Amino acid sequence: MQLNKLTISQLRAKLIAGEVSSLELTRACLERIAATDDKLNAFITICETEALAAAEAADKRLAAGDAAPLTGIPLAVKDIFNVLDVRTTCGSKILDNYISPYDATVVAKLRAQGAVIIGKLNMDEFAMGSSNENSAAGSVKNPWDLQRVPGGSSGGSAAAVAAGQVLATLGTDTGGSIRQPASHCGVVGLKPTYGRISRYGVVAYASSLDQVGPLASNVEDCALLLGAVAGYDPADSTSVDTPVPDYLASLKDGVKGKKIGLPKEYFIEGLAAEVKQAVTAAIETYRQLGAEIVEVSLPHTDYAVACYYLIATAEASSNLARYDGVRFGVRKDNGDGLVGMYQHTRAAGFGDEVKRRIMLGTYALSSGYYDAYYLKAQKVRTLIRQDFLTAFEQVDLLLTPVAPTPAFKLGEKTGDPLQMYLSDIFTIPVNLAGTCGMSLPCGSSSDGLPIGVQLIGKPFAEAEMLQAAYAFEQATDFGGKFPPL
Amino acid sequence: MKISREEVEHVARLARLALQPAELEALTEQMDAILGYVEKLNELDTEGIIPTAHAVPMENAFREDLVKPSIGIERAQQNAPSKDGSCFKVPKVIE
Amino acid sequence: MDSKYEVVIGLEVHVQLTTKTKIFCGCSKDFGQQPNSQTCPVCLGLPGALPVLNRQVVEDAIKTGLATNCQIAPRSIFARKNYFYPDLPKGYQISQFELPICEHGWLNIETEELGKKRIGITRIHMEEDAGKLLHAAGDSSSVDLNRACTPLLEAVSEPDMRSADEAIAYLKQLHQIVTYLGVCDGNLEEGSFRCDANVSIRPWGQKELGTRAELKNLNSFRFIKQAIEYEVERQIEVLEEGGSVVQETRLFDAEQGVSRSMRGKEEAHDYRYFPDPDLVPVVVADEWVERVRSELPELPAAKLQRYRDDLGLPDYDAGVLCAERPIAEYFEVLVARHANAKLCSNWVMGEVLRSLKEKQIAIADCPVSPELLAGILQRIADNSISGKIAKTVFEEIWQTGKTADQIIEEQGLKQVTDSGAIEAIVDAVIAANQGQFEELKAGKEKLIGFFVGQVMKLSKGKANPGMANQLIKKKISE
Repeated sequence: MQLNKLTISQLRAKLIAGEVSSLELTRACLERIAATDDKLNAFITICETEALAAAEAADKRLAAGDAAPLTGIPLAVKDIFNVLDVRTTCGSKILDNYISPYDATVVAKLRAQGAVIIGKLNMDEFAMGSSNENSAAGSVKNPWDLQRVPGGSSGGSAAAVAAGQVLATLGTDTGGSIRQPASHCGVVGLKPTYGRISRYGVVAYASSLDQVGPLASNVEDCALLLGAVAGYDPADSTSVDTPVPDYLASLKDGVKGKKIGLPKEYFIEGLAAEVKQAVTAAIETYRQLGAEIVEVSLPHTDYAVACYYLIATAEASSNLARYDGVRFGVRKDNGDGLVGMYQHTRAAGFGDEVKRRIMLGTYALSSGYYDAYYLKAQKVRTLIRQDFLTAFEQVDLLLTPVAPTPAFKLGEKTGDPLQMYLSDIFTIPVNLAGTCGMSLPCGSSSDGLPIGVQLIGKPFAEAEMLQAAYAFEQATDFGGKFPPL
Repeated sequence: MKISREEVEHVARLARLALQPAELEALTEQMDAILGYVEKLNELDTEGIIPTAHAVPMENAFREDLVKPSIGIERAQQNAPSKDGSCFKVPKVIE
Repeated sequence: MDSKYEVVIGLEVHVQLTTKTKIFCGCSKDFGQQPNSQTCPVCLGLPGALPVLNRQVVEDAIKTGLATNCQIAPRSIFARKNYFYPDLPKGYQISQFELPICEHGWLNIETEELGKKRIGITRIHMEEDAGKLLHAAGDSSSVDLNRACTPLLEAVSEPDMRSADEAIAYLKQLHQIVTYLGVCDGNLEEGSFRCDANVSIRPWGQKELGTRAELKNLNSFRFIKQAIEYEVERQIEVLEEGGSVVQETRLFDAEQGVSRSMRGKEEAHDYRYFPDPDLVPVVVADEWVERVRSELPELPAAKLQRYRDDLGLPDYDAGVLCAERPIAEYFEVLVARHANAKLCSNWVMGEVLRSLKEKQIAIADCPVSPELLAGILQRIADNSISGKIAKTVFEEIWQTGKTADQIIEEQGLKQVTDSGAIEAIVDAVIAANQGQFEELKAGKEKLIGFFVGQVMKLSKGKANPGMANQLIKKKISE
C-alpha cells in the first residue's frame, strides 16, 4: 500500500479505523521526501521532529475518538507561512536565518485540527515568479520532467503533491501562483475569493491580490483543505465574514444545467496547440455532462498583465520595506552608516526579480508618476472586475486555459522578464477581479507534461466551482497520477 | 526611452538598494521595456472610473480597545541582527 | 516685530490618544516600560503581520472632529507614507492622506493684540506613531518600539494665524478641547500633544505666501512662542539682508533659544503615499456621528458662556473655572449643592486651587471634596462660622476628612450669636481701649474696624462680626 498515493478521505477512514497510524503515515511521507527531494528540491525546511511529535499527538486524538477532518494527515506549507519556532525564509536570502515567533492563522487552524506539518515548501522569492527559479534555496524541478520548471511561485507546493511527498499543501496565489504550478505539475490547485482565507501570518507580496489556497492530488482533498482553513479572521481586516459552506456536501451535485462561459479573449494565438486541444476536449466533456457552454467576452483581458505588474509591484515595494536589517533578517553593515546598512542589506538580501519588482513599484508610486501608473492601473482594475461581474450575470462559471504552454524548460525565460510576466495572462485577471479560480488536470502533452484547465467561479462560489471540478474529475482520467521518480 | 539611467539610480536610492553598475544597466533596459508595455493602459479611457483598491467590497474592520499580551522582549529580539540591552541596535542615526 | 511684514503661521498638532491599546494591535500603550516589552508581530513590523484598526481611535477622532466644528467624512481611508527610518518598523507609516476622517473645521480665538478671529482646521486624521530612537554615545543608536503604532490624531490648521500669540491661543484652545474630551492627557513635555509650526512672512498686501520654515521639537507653549518669534525675526533678517528664505525643517533648541536647520541632513522626501491595501475604508454613518455628538461633554466655550450668563460669574472667574475640565467638574458638583455661585467660585479659585498647587495634588484627588466644601459654605451662609473660621475648618477637613459640622462641633467653632455674650466682649474691648473709643465717638469712623477686630480676637474668631459691628455702633450712640 502506497500511503502517500491515497486521498485524504481514504486515509482518514484508515486512521479512524486504526488500520494505519499518523506516525506511519508521517514516516512514509518523510521517507518519500528523503527519496525524492534531492531531485526535486521541493522543500526548504523539513520539520521532522515537530512532525513526528504532531503525529503522535494526532494518534492519541484519533484513539480518543476526537478526530477533526485533518487529524493526523501529513501536509506541508509554502515557506511564506509563519510557523512558530520554524524557519520562514520566503525563498529569500534576507530571511535566511529567520525563525518565526508566531503562527499564521491558517497554520494555527491546521494545528488545531491536528494536521501534521511536515515542512516548508520551496517558492519563488517573496512569491515573485512563475517558474520557481527565483528562490534562494535553488530551483524546484518539475516531477514530470526534471529539466523543466514546476511553475511558480508555489512550485514546491505543487511539486510536493505531484511527487506524493505529502497529501496536500498550502500555497499562495497573487497572479496565478497556485493555479499555474498546479497545471504544470498535474495537480489540483485552488485560489479562493479574496478575503475567503486569512492572510494573517502570510508574508505579503501584493496585499490586495494575495490569497491562500490548497493544492492536492484530487478535487475532494482540495475541498477538504479549503474548508479547514477558510473563514473570517479578526486579525486580517480584509478577511470576509461570510459563512464557510460545507464544500464536501455539495461536491457530487454535478454540472447538469450549469452555464459555463468561454471567454473568447482566452482562446487566442499564442496558446499552444496541445493546450488548446486539451482545453477543447474539457469543454466537450462538460457539454456531455450536461452543462450549457456559451461564449462570453472579458474585453479588458489584454490589459490585465500591465495592470497587474503596476499594482502588484507598487504594493510589493512598500511591503518589502520592512526588510531593512534592523529587527530581523540578514544584515550587511559595511560601516557606511545607517543608509549604507540599509542599502547593502537589501542589495545583498534580495534576488534580481525581487529587486526588479521593488524598483518598478517604487517608480510607479513615486512623485509625479502615481496618477499615470498606480492610479491608472487601479481604474483599469475596475474595468477588469466589471468584465467578470458582467460575464457572471450570464453564466455560472468560466472555463479557460491556465497557462499558454505546458511547463517550460529551466532557464528558458529567465532572460526576459516581460515574456515571463506575459505567461500569466490567463491567471492574473482572476486576482484582479478578486474572485475564485482553480486549475485541474485535463490532459498531457506529447512530452508527457500535464496540462490544466482553469475554472473561474463567482465571488465566494467556491462550492459551485469545486462541484464542477469534481464532476470533470470523475468523468475523466487525468488526475491523481504520479510521475515515476 | 521611458526611463533614464539617472531615474533608475534615483529610484534605487528611494528603495534603499545599493545596485552595481551592471545591475543598473540591466534594470534600465528591463524597466524601460516593462514601462513601454504598460503604456498600453493609456489606450483605455478611464475618465470617471472609480479605482479599485479591493476587488471584494469591504469596510469597517475594527478591533475593540482591549489589551492583548505582548510577545515579550525575548521573542521580539530573537531575530535581531544586533542588540543593545532590550533595544535593537543600528548604526548611528545622525539628526 | 517689523511692521513691513505680515507673519503667517500654520500649525500641525499631533495628539496622542488615551486608548488602552495601540491603533493597529492589542499591545498596551503603557509608557515607561522596558524597551520593546510592549510589542507584537504587528507593531514590530514582522513579516506577515497585519494591522486591525482600534475602534476607539475612530470614536476619538469623531469626537475631536465634532468638537472642532469639522465635517466627519462618511468614508475615509488609510494610506501608507513610505520612508526608511529605524523607528519605523514597516518602512512606512500608516496614516491618512486622501480622504481623512475630519475636514473643514475651525476654532474661534481671541488675543489682546488682534482681537477675535476664526482659525480654520484643514483636516484631522488618524495615524500611528513611530518608535523611539535613543542616541547612545559611540557609533550606534538604539531602537525602542514600545511607542510604535500608538494612536495619534494629527490636526492641521489653515495658515490663518498672524502672530505667535494667535498661535498660542489656538493651541491652548485645541489643547483644552482634547483634554476636555478626554481623548488626550495633554502632557506637552511627555509628547502627548506635539506641535510643529509652519512659519513664513510676506510684505503686507502680498497675496502669495512666503517660503515657510517648519519648526519642530516644540514641547511647551512657552517654547512654541519663543520659537515662532525667533523664526519671524530670523526670516525678516534674511529678507532685509537681501537674501531669501529657504524651505526647510528647523529644530528649536530651547536651552539656547535658537533654531537650527536640518537641511542637508535629510534628503528630499518622496513619501509615495498610496491607499493601504491591508486596511479597509472607515465608513461612518450619520447615526454614529449623532450618537457621538449626543455624548459629547459640554465644551469649554459653551461652559464659559453658561458660567457668565447663567451663573453670573465674572469673565475672570469663568475663565479660571473652565480652564480644565476637572476644575469645572469640581465647581459644578459644588454649585449644585450650594447656590451662591460667586461664593463657590471664590472658594474654588482661592483655598482649593491654592492648596492643590502648594501640595502638588490634582483636583480629582483633592482631600476636600466638593461635597465637603459645600458643608463649609453652608455654615458660612447660615452665619454659624465666619469666613476666617471657615478657612481653619477647610484645613481641618484637608487633614482629617471629617465634615465641617463635625469639626465645628468638636472644636467649638460655632459663631457666638448671643448678643449678651458679644456685648460683654464689646464692653471689655472698649474698657481696654478707652482712648481709641473716644476718637471713634468723635467721628474717626474707620476705627470701627479696629474694634471689630479686637472683638474677634478676644472671641477667638467666634463672635459674629456683623453683630459685633452693630453693638459697637450702639455703644457710640449711647
